[in-house]
Amino acid sequence: MIDLQLLALLLIPLLGGGLLAVFGSRSWAAELNSLMSFLTFAASVVLTARVVESGPQVAFHEQFFIDQFNVFLVALTAFVAFTTSLFSRPYMRIEQHHGKLTTGMLHLYYSMYQLFTFAMLVALTTNNMGIVWVAMEAATLTTVLLVSLYRTPASLEAAWKYFILCGVGIALALFGTILLYFAAERVLGQGGTALLWTHLNEVKGDLEPTVLKLAFIFLLVGYGTKIGLVPLHSWLPDAHAEGPTPVSAVLSGLLLNVALCAVVRSKVLVDGSLGTHFAGNLMMGFGLLSVLVASFSLFRQKDIKRMFAYSSIEHMGLITFAFGMGGPVATFAGMLHMTVHSLTKSAIFFAVGHAVQKVGTQQMESIRGLLQVSPTVGWGLALGTFAILGMPPFGVFASEFLIITTAMHEYPWATPILLVSLGVAFAAIFGKIQPIVFGETTAKPLPHSPALVPVFAHLLLVLMLGLYMPPYLADWYRQAAALLG
Amino acid sequence: MQIPYTLQFINLLAALLLLIAFAMLAQRRILSLINLFAWQGALLALSTFIVAYSTNQHHLYYSAGLTLLLKVLLLPYLLHRLINRLNVRWDVETLINIPTTMLVGIALVIFSFNLAAPISQLAEGITRGLIGIALASVLLSLLMMLTRRKAVSQVVAFLALENGLFFAATSATQGMPLVVELGIALDVLVATFIFGIFFFQIRETFDSLDITHMEKLKDD
Repeated sequence: MIDLQLLALLLIPLLGGGLLAVFGSRSWAAELNSLMSFLTFAASVVLTARVVESGPQVAFHEQFFIDQFNVFLVALTAFVAFTTSLFSRPYMRIEQHHGKLTTGMLHLYYSMYQLFTFAMLVALTTNNMGIVWVAMEAATLTTVLLVSLYRTPASLEAAWKYFILCGVGIALALFGTILLYFAAERVLGQGGTALLWTHLNEVKGDLEPTVLKLAFIFLLVGYGTKIGLVPLHSWLPDAHAEGPTPVSAVLSGLLLNVALCAVVRSKVLVDGSLGTHFAGNLMMGFGLLSVLVASFSLFRQKDIKRMFAYSSIEHMGLITFAFGMGGPVATFAGMLHMTVHSLTKSAIFFAVGHAVQKVGTQQMESIRGLLQVSPTVGWGLALGTFAILGMPPFGVFASEFLIITTAMHEYPWATPILLVSLGVAFAAIFGKIQPIVFGETTAKPLPHSPALVPVFAHLLLVLMLGLYMPPYLADWYRQAAALLG
Repeated sequence: MQIPYTLQFINLLAALLLLIAFAMLAQRRILSLINLFAWQGALLALSTFIVAYSTNQHHLYYSAGLTLLLKVLLLPYLLHRLINRLNVRWDVETLINIPTTMLVGIALVIFSFNLAAPISQLAEGITRGLIGIALASVLLSLLMMLTRRKAVSQVVAFLALENGLFFAATSATQGMPLVVELGIALDVLVATFIFGIFFFQIRETFDSLDITHMEKLKDD
């Protein structure tokens, strides 16, 4: 049964990629894209319900493993991929109307979008640490041509940087995986099972600590490049700023999470083997550095998508820090923050995308008075900004509050760094977004009506998570946090 | 103690692999760079074959065959076609400070041997010292990526990096599970195709394959 459900989840986007590779130029390709994404989301809901009800499971001769932790990311990924496909339908048509995209480019976009979803879902559900690597690399490969979709000099440069830096990063992660296998092989023996996470988790106490230490450093640096941890982040703002907005939304809201999931899985193994907090400490260090550097970089930004890309680095740093602290509360807070960050950041990118289309530039000083032309886009951006800055009653406030109070308790020295960074980020982003939303306008009306339902749907969910967390969800997250320890 | 001939041979191949990594670091002609890459692939396939023979691991024969096919024949062929069509076959890159680069390379080798020392002690006979060499060739390829200014040579460096990793996998662990190796090979192949597409896009936009034109994106 679980085999079937998992098969549906993985085959639908793969089939979608195949169909759109054939029919991607038709006028209804956007609708087909949304339909396939919706079906993937439906499959993820079925799978989630089952896993939350009956606990961790393996499928297909243990090649896949699903527990409460990764099924939460599966559901989140499928949901945001679905809403982003809804958003991209009018957005890409407007871009085509403006002459920035041709039908051929859209064809590539639709088929790669589905394959990208497929690669992320494989990376999340596989039990094999080697396949995690393969799927992460596949996710990079599918998005690299999307970043350069506009074929402008700037977008080509961004895509090249993304390709080379993530390629190198992920190569280091492969070396880490090889070292992990080297240690595992001595305990589990040759062959297929020595890279399976469930098996590794059972014998983690017997794995050679010195090898695992080195393996984790390579894995963290490798996948950390993908997460956008400072100092390995330099590809991220470029790729987010120069790619089409739906791609920025899924990169920021989803891909970074998937990479972090791989790091968290490795951390469980390594700290279990060492019996110390080595991996956790490394993650906390990288996390804090990212929060600090990213929030101070926000001031210098002139491009609106670039600024929110830096905000993603800041939040990923915060989440990495939370998982690094470990323990049920911090892990719970980290998962909650992942959820609300993905929802809020993609909502912001949706609103920003339409705002940029109205004005025709990403330079913040030229975008003014959104509320006058389009109250919905204006409010979407304003509320999204409030939410991402951690204002109550939005869910980001709840998760940040949990993270900071846990830090106060466990690692008091980290709290001032976090508080200062969050304060700086607030001042920087609020100061720049305020005149964009209010004030005199420069914007023009759009040829297709923008898709703002996803924006408000996301923000509503984030608001709900801030005010009231359903017991079902709270239980689920608590179980997941307990599994990660 | 008499060291088995197979092991001696693998050690020889590992030394040659490291030598080629250094040669690539200093090679200025793009054509020779691609040929060196093919030679590196050949050494890799041979060493995988010998490991397979001496440990009697059947799946390693497949992966030796795969290496031969992909890294000695297919990828160099694709690269040759690419540089012909891009008309950069006879291009010579100006590399500044080759002696300094070499010295940094030597430092990297020492660093990797130190880093790998505790692991090498754990390894059984066959793999001792090889992890250090594998790590060194990975880091040398990284150094090469940093020092190069032409898109094609950066890609060759990227592929050489993959070779170093592959050598680590076969020599240290006697091969990753076959499904993982197949996945990695597929990724490398697709990546090469995408790089190819990129070359044309870059040249169309910038009229050159020099990536110094692509350092415009800044924070302000």
